[in-house]
Amino acid sequence: MNPLTQPVTVSHYLIVGAILFVAGVVCMATKRNALGVLMGIELVLNGANINFIAFGSSYLRERNLGLDGQLMALFVIVLAAAEAAVALAIALNFYNNHATIDVDHADDLRG
Amino acid sequence: MAEFINNTILSLLLPGELPADHWAGYMIAALVHCILLLHVVAVGALFFIWLERKVSGRIQDRLGPTRVGGKFGWLQTLADGIKLLTKEDLLPGNADRLLFKVAPYVSFAASFAAYLALPFANGWVGQNLNAAVFFVVAIMGLEVFGVILAGYASGSKWSLFGGMREAAQVVSYEVPLGLCVLVPVVACGTMNLTTIGNMQAGWFTNWLVFHDPFMFIVFWIYFTCATASVNRAPFDLAEAESELVAGFHTEYSGLRWSFFFMAEYGSMFTVSGLAAILFFGGWHGPIPLFGPEATNLAYSNEEVVAGTFRVGGYLANLAGCTNFIFKTVIFVTVMIWVRWTLPRLRIDQVMTTCLKYCVPLAAICFLGTVGWQLFGLPSPNDLLRTAHRGTVREAWVLQLEASERAAATAAQGGGQ
Amino acid sequence: MMLLGAIDWHSFFFFVFALLAAGFALGVVFTSNIVHMAFYLTLSLGATAGLFFLAGAEFVGAMQFMIYVGGTLVLLIFGVMLTAQSRFVHMKTSAGEWVLAAAVGSTLLVLLLHAAISNKSWTTGREHRDTLTIADAQHVTALGQSLSGVRPDSLEEPSPAARRGMSGYLLPFEIASIHLLVVLIGASYLARAKKRVSSSKS
Repeated sequence: MNPLTQPVTVSHYLIVGAILFVAGVVCMATKRNALGVLMGIELVLNGANINFIAFGSSYLRERNLGLDGQLMALFVIVLAAAEAAVALAIALNFYNNHATIDVDHADDLRG
Repeated sequence: MAEFINNTILSLLLPGELPADHWAGYMIAALVHCILLLHVVAVGALFFIWLERKVSGRIQDRLGPTRVGGKFGWLQTLADGIKLLTKEDLLPGNADRLLFKVAPYVSFAASFAAYLALPFANGWVGQNLNAAVFFVVAIMGLEVFGVILAGYASGSKWSLFGGMREAAQVVSYEVPLGLCVLVPVVACGTMNLTTIGNMQAGWFTNWLVFHDPFMFIVFWIYFTCATASVNRAPFDLAEAESELVAGFHTEYSGLRWSFFFMAEYGSMFTVSGLAAILFFGGWHGPIPLFGPEATNLAYSNEEVVAGTFRVGGYLANLAGCTNFIFKTVIFVTVMIWVRWTLPRLRIDQVMTTCLKYCVPLAAICFLGTVGWQLFGLPSPNDLLRTAHRGTVREAWVLQLEASERAAATAAQGGGQ
Repeated sequence: MMLLGAIDWHSFFFFVFALLAAGFALGVVFTSNIVHMAFYLTLSLGATAGLFFLAGAEFVGAMQFMIYVGGTLVLLIFGVMLTAQSRFVHMKTSAGEWVLAAAVGSTLLVLLLHAAISNKSWTTGREHRDTLTIADAQHVTALGQSLSGVRPDSLEEPSPAARRGMSGYLLPFEIASIHLLVVLIGASYLARAKKRVSSSKS
């Protein structure tokens, strides 16, 4: 079956969203650089956005979320930008106070 | 066009009949369109570099190029291009290899991708996006990536400083640029560039720049922010030859350097084209020569939707395209003229201009235009009043009518 | 044979963008150079915006370019440049952490993939795709109007209870605006210039 002549379905988009989501989660778990963890968060939010857009697309399905899917993705983008700004400010503060960006060295509060 | 290619040309070349929707026809049609747009950028860069040298020469009381290709030095840029192609491809020792090589292409790709949504005439657009204005402004903001990557990947402090300054400047000026671009969008009620261009058909009084005094002020603010956003003087501290050696492209030579400059001239053409469409009527001239009312040559809306092809319509569009390119070249010439006239601003002056002058002025003019429309004050444009647009007022009217209909059917159902 | 037939261009470009997005996302995970990570993330998010355009969400796709790639990622790259001393550019994770992360990640991936292909209505494509036109993807006006409080796609909803539930998005819009204002002030306060500690800690 030639994949290029088959129509694209919601599942295709969900698979891509899943790959991005899992890549983000692994990134958050393994990166030592605080900014690497931030990038993982961005990937996670993007995976979720792909899902929202897929469910809201009238090209992929007849019954769909319509505008609601796109609006939710819009708000996710806006809030992700805001959260990245604050997280970056915190990371820069940490760098200025400890002269390192390694999250393994952020253990001052360890009991 | 793809079906045309499939049915005629390819069937001549290959034995047997090709189906009308074969993929080869689509590829060739897409390639032709891409090459057309690429020619706008490449030949435009060639022309603008020559124009810059001539204009700067005249401003500085000298002649500019006069030898290569005749009395006016037409082919000087071509000679420069050949020289750049034959230069040695250097890579600094400290450089990050992948990012150093990729950065010029990122910049050029961002600059070129904006042409996807920029219409040159009625219907002559790569993709008639309904969010075209937003798309063009967003893509122009991606060019800063190439700059940052180039600054970092060169492995030198001066490049990094130049890259960061330029990125800070471009990103800061996106805010007033977005506000200024929003004002004609609010006046027209649509983000579709083709529709905005068509709403200014007719005499030059229909141009949006004469719509109300706030729009006139917004055009000048837009032009200032656009000049800053493409890093032209007087906002070109990041690539100034007398400061940071040459900024982010210090370590670049040959073809890689010329990609950065093609990106810069491409962006200049894009912002000038956007100014022409949003404020100065786009392809509709000061005199209605080829409009549907004047000579019946141009396509009507029904023909555009049906996709018919008429020689008269094609010629009208060609004249419109020439008109549009002429206006854009005038704006680019003004940018070149300003570069060689005004002294350079310091980086703190650049930021002050953006945050303390451009943003408040743009916001006030936005409020002014919205108020002008809300109170129904007069404007010379007669097309805007009668066009169907997506304004908020219409949305509330629609909702009111729908609820009245629902109440009427409920009353009918309850009464029966 | 593929060479002699037509291609569904939507599927073709979907695969191109999907491979780019997924591929560069995996590149972000597996590279240890922080600047390369930021670059791959840019390309991945750009390909995601392409996916949004293909699904008919033009406005959200343009917004992804402007806010995510042109804003958030520029912010991230600035942060990377400010902290990119040579010893922080390459930071490798230990093998034990990789094994644990791979185990959790692959379990999650299998779970999500199973959920993605399990539902019947999600795996069948739309039937009458030939009748769709570009005009069906014109959501910009409707999005703008719904952010002002009017839902133009639900005007003719017969039952008033359902119509009450499909209200406009004016309140979330205002909340997001205040939120962004708070973040602007808070982040610029947090990141203000303070005295720097010299690197005495190893």
